Amino acid sequence: MKTISLQKPDVQFIREVRERSGQEPSHCYQCGNCTAGCPYNFAYDIPVSRIMRLLQLGRREEILQSKSLWLCATCQSCTTRCPNRIDVARVMDVLRHMAREAGYATERNVKAFGDAFLESVEKHGRVYEVGILATYVRKTGRFWTDVELAPRMLPKGKLSLKPHTIQGAEHIARIFRRYRGEPDPVAKNGGEKK
Amino acid sequence: MSQRIGYYPGCSGAGTSMEYDASTRAVCARLGLALQEVPDWSCCGSTPAHTVDHVLSAALSARNLELAAEAGLETVTTPCPSCLANLRVAGHKMEKEGFRNQVKALLETECASLATVKSTLQVLLEDVGPEAVKAKVVRPLSKLRVACYYGCIMNRPPEVMQFDDPEHPMSMDTLLEACGAEVLPFPLKVECCGAAAGMPRKDIVTELSGRLLDVAAGMGVDAIVTACPLCQMNLDLRQGQVNSARGTSHAIPVFYFTQLMGLAMGLSSSEMGISKLAVDPKPCLEQAGVL
Ligand code: SF4
Ligand code: SF4
Repeated sequence: MKTISLQKPDVQFIREVRERSGQEPSHCYQCGNCTAGCPYNFAYDIPVSRIMRLLQLGRREEILQSKSLWLCATCQSCTTRCPNRIDVARVMDVLRHMAREAGYATERNVKAFGDAFLESVEKHGRVYEVGILATYVRKTGRFWTDVELAPRMLPKGKLSLKPHTIQGAEHIARIFRRYRGEPDPVAKNGGEKK
Repeated sequence: MSQRIGYYPGCSGAGTSMEYDASTRAVCARLGLALQEVPDWSCCGSTPAHTVDHVLSAALSARNLELAAEAGLETVTTPCPSCLANLRVAGHKMEKEGFRNQVKALLETECASLATVKSTLQVLLEDVGPEAVKAKVVRPLSKLRVACYYGCIMNRPPEVMQFDDPEHPMSMDTLLEACGAEVLPFPLKVECCGAAAGMPRKDIVTELSGRLLDVAAGMGVDAIVTACPLCQMNLDLRQGQVNSARGTSHAIPVFYFTQLMGLAMGLSSSEMGISKLAVDPKPCLEQAGVL
């Protein structure tokens, strides 16, 4: 069995996760309830309870390079069952934010899919499935592995070939620009808010 | 009863789950619930938004809650659990002033009032109730044995959702029983189907959805009943992929609960979008005498 050494905890890392998630990692007593109920455990490189332990020990690099962060589906099983009322799924979410900021993407295709989704929202205000597929293929170089599904969906009218652009699309685009800290081209839209 | 309530279809309602949207609207209308679409609603950002940033995610959701409140809608209902989770989490987190201020800065609005959000399942159970549903049934589903599958996030985490039991929800079971169906106790009713991993990691979806199909088949169900566009897609549209990955040969129809409710209340199969389903539902519905 793998043991975890108690060397050099990255205290700053623990503090940052605590602040950003609003959760107290030291409350975890390693009961393993979260891992027992985690439906993704079979695909994880590090089980979620072990991530909690590594977090207590401030093992920044091991955690941020874990594939598990990218695979977590936020199913809320761990959060619902933690006897110490730790919002474990939220900790996983925050760790993924930090992995992203640190430039890690150990499940590249998962990141590419999320990015493609958000690009679509930024552009149209609503999701445009066919556009997401195109962006995803461009980002991953992978032809859509679900291509066999298209003939089952197209005749049923379920895949719109036109984006559903909304009136407030510019408002949504501004939310994204502000989030990235980009300057607002306020003069152009005449101060219109939505 | 003519209660006016805001309606948030979610992006999939306009595309991949259009039959859920259509059947939800029709069933609510028949039960006297006046749904009013949130004007110019936008995407809640789904899972990708909160995995990038919680403030961004909340801003995308809050825009809709504010638009609804401005239109005089105090309550908004959505059939989609993923939208539900985002909209509710946003409302929940914005109770904290510091977080709210960060969201306001992204939105450039005051967020003075925000609509509250309930799942359509909750509205049908609490505001309409099983007795009123029963009263509208003209073609009881008495020959149908079903498993109700809620998916992982409809009722979890309980602090945020505040509806039904987070481990053993019964709302859909109750509504389907009111429509005359025989609902079998499905032990995996809140297990995850693989969610949005379908495109980047199909292996995960075929494994998790495969387990659900295996157990439902072992119970001898005629159909699975869902309340989530992603669950429905994984179990129905991807059932072929699951079969080839796992060497099974399932052919279990997967309905939205509103489709079966509508059929029981005498609405037509075309109104319920029955032909939009991937696994052929006809034999099962014919045997049940509702087609
Ligand atoms: S359920 Fe909670 S206490 Fe138990 S191992 Fe997981 S995080 Fe730790
Ligand atoms: S939220 Fe993530 S870590 Fe927690 S049980 Fe679900 S998949 Fe596992």
